[in-house]
Amino acid sequence: MYAYDELDRTIVNERVSEFRDQVARRLSGELTEDEFKSLRLMNGVYLQLHAYMLRIAIPYGTLSSAQLRRLAHVGRRYDRGYGHFTTRQNIQFHWIKLEQLPDALADLAEVGIHAMQTSGNCIRNITADQWAGVAPEEVDDPRIWAEILRQYATLHPEFSFLPRKFKFAITASRHDRAAIKVHDIGLRIHRNAEGEVGFEVLVGGGLGRTPFLAKTINSFVSHRDILSYCEAILRVYNQYGRRDNIYKARIKILVHELGIEKFKQEVEEEWAQMRDGALTLEESEIADIRSRFTYPKYETLSDTPDELTKAVAADRHFEAWYKNSVAPHKVPGYAIVTLSLKPEGGTPGDATADQMDAIADLAEKYSFGEIRVGHEQNLALPHVAKRDLPALWRALDKVGVATPNVNLVSDIICCPGLDYCSLSNARSIPIAQELTRRFANPDTANLIGRLHINISGCINACGHHHVGHIGILGVEKNGEEFYQITIGGRADEHAELGTLVGPAVPHEQVADVIEDIVEAYLALRQRPDELFVDVVKRLGVEPFKERVYATR
Amino acid sequence: MPLVKGNVIVTDEFTHLADDAELPADGAILVSAERFLAGPEAVLARQGKIGVIWPNNRDVEDLLPYLNRLAAVALVFPVFRDGRAYTQARLLRERYKFRGELRATGQVLRDQFVFMLRAGFDAFEVKKQSDAEAFATVAKRYSVFYQPTGDGRVTAFHRRLMHLSESVAS
Repeated sequence: MYAYDELDRTIVNERVSEFRDQVARRLSGELTEDEFKSLRLMNGVYLQLHAYMLRIAIPYGTLSSAQLRRLAHVGRRYDRGYGHFTTRQNIQFHWIKLEQLPDALADLAEVGIHAMQTSGNCIRNITADQWAGVAPEEVDDPRIWAEILRQYATLHPEFSFLPRKFKFAITASRHDRAAIKVHDIGLRIHRNAEGEVGFEVLVGGGLGRTPFLAKTINSFVSHRDILSYCEAILRVYNQYGRRDNIYKARIKILVHELGIEKFKQEVEEEWAQMRDGALTLEESEIADIRSRFTYPKYETLSDTPDELTKAVAADRHFEAWYKNSVAPHKVPGYAIVTLSLKPEGGTPGDATADQMDAIADLAEKYSFGEIRVGHEQNLALPHVAKRDLPALWRALDKVGVATPNVNLVSDIICCPGLDYCSLSNARSIPIAQELTRRFANPDTANLIGRLHINISGCINACGHHHVGHIGILGVEKNGEEFYQITIGGRADEHAELGTLVGPAVPHEQVADVIEDIVEAYLALRQRPDELFVDVVKRLGVEPFKERVYATR
Repeated sequence: MPLVKGNVIVTDEFTHLADDAELPADGAILVSAERFLAGPEAVLARQGKIGVIWPNNRDVEDLLPYLNRLAAVALVFPVFRDGRAYTQARLLRERYKFRGELRATGQVLRDQFVFMLRAGFDAFEVKKQSDAEAFATVAKRYSVFYQPTGDGRVTAFHRRLMHLSESVAS
């Protein structure tokens, strides 16, 4: 965990006081809604279909038990007793009153949580691999760098009014769990031939109306120069990014229109003028940030404890959960445990205040008081002793977060859709709920294997449908909800955008079509371990298209 | 529109000169970039201070040959969510060492003062009287800053290091 010091706390508190003044000026009419809009957005406040929505940052997805309890408190006191974890390592409350927002933010500030820059045309919450610091093969803890970037980005005097929103994601592992290729800037930490730690910098990725995968602008930027290099990119974007058309304002359009070579030239010219300036990171600065991340005092434990071996042999429910919810840890005897927020018939990513409190308690008991939030809208306990897994599983099951479906077909990523969102064209939650019911049988789900379904209720793609193995996009036609279906997308180190299978289908047919696609996959795969997405890569969309549309 | 400089509301010494108005013999004037660039030497040759209103979509490098003879540069925020002038301001102050008045004009509200001060602005044509009156208070709203800019404020990082070295010394 990163420990805020007095200076970090001061900024958060000063921000709350500024926002309290802004809300008061809005309520008194001194600020027009148009003027207030940009200000509230930079504090994570949206005006949604039914009410104001508050989006709270969970930088690099790391939470303490005390912080999760405080989120539960906000859900209970100011909302309707639950919160929604999003694909951006944020949590949203959908039913909050404008007058109460400053108090809610003040309550959160006491535990070092804020809503700064979770919306608006600024640098958004910095996301990272949710297994940072515990993944066995990572080069460095990407949270150190995410925190350095978080501080750099917070209330940045030059980049708080960019042409559009700006998202960073960081990974330090070979297997990319941070989806860096679909961010404005993606950073991959690696070592060069001399063993120095640095970054591959990717730029111009993003989903939405015009999806692009990020392109590498520089394959190795020294860790000392990462802030100045990013500042050069941001400065070029702030000056030359389009502002005439909101749909063409993201950096991906600038990169696309200039071409990566020309864009790189602009950035490198800018960088040449500033690279050894005040943004150069000193080793003492990095060491200071690093020192404020504390790691658990792990014990020396057996990597194959009897408690675990016995439980796997004795209980097939436990075995099923263990197989897909528990991942290797870099310390022997420990494991990373994913908590599914995708129960059968549930809303993906939702957690009740009671669940949050219970998870906070379990994290204290079994995971050194630490919780992680991933972009798949699940939570994780990052430091669980393997001997405790059976006991933890029983406790998680009572809380309703032990559904054994992590990475399986019912582990669906889904935006709030038309039920909550004023941008949306179609419902997405009911589609997810129906699909989780269709694929509820764990034997079927295990037979299918790893398969990611992503659902977005509109073209803005909060559900990342383009990079779902199966992507479902809600569109509106003559007042009715239709859904476009894409296959073959993925968001990992082999990122791809999905391909449309065929014409959009009406709401009531979506689940049938998905079942058809899955059945086609089972018939087409060469081996049980050939993933759905690999079959699509091998055969293209045609055989799936035939299966889906032959009978319709 | 009230002008704030040095934390207080002041009388604007500059007169905005329309593009088709005759060049006055003396007195401080603000002219458009277009008019200025059409004949910079003629404008600069006269008595009195010259300021240029520079649009936010034009490279500030075009101004470099004249920068040391300008008393003021006014940068424009056509809507307050258009932040290009922040980059221009930092370039003028930090890269090109402009020491004259750097004025923020357009949709200037109290909520931008801190950002503007940090980017190097020192004069503010504020849209609302109440915001202009609140300037001194708002400018002090934040006491900690993360990023190094040319405004000379000590960053959180350097404060931490100073604190560390103090605690080592004591």
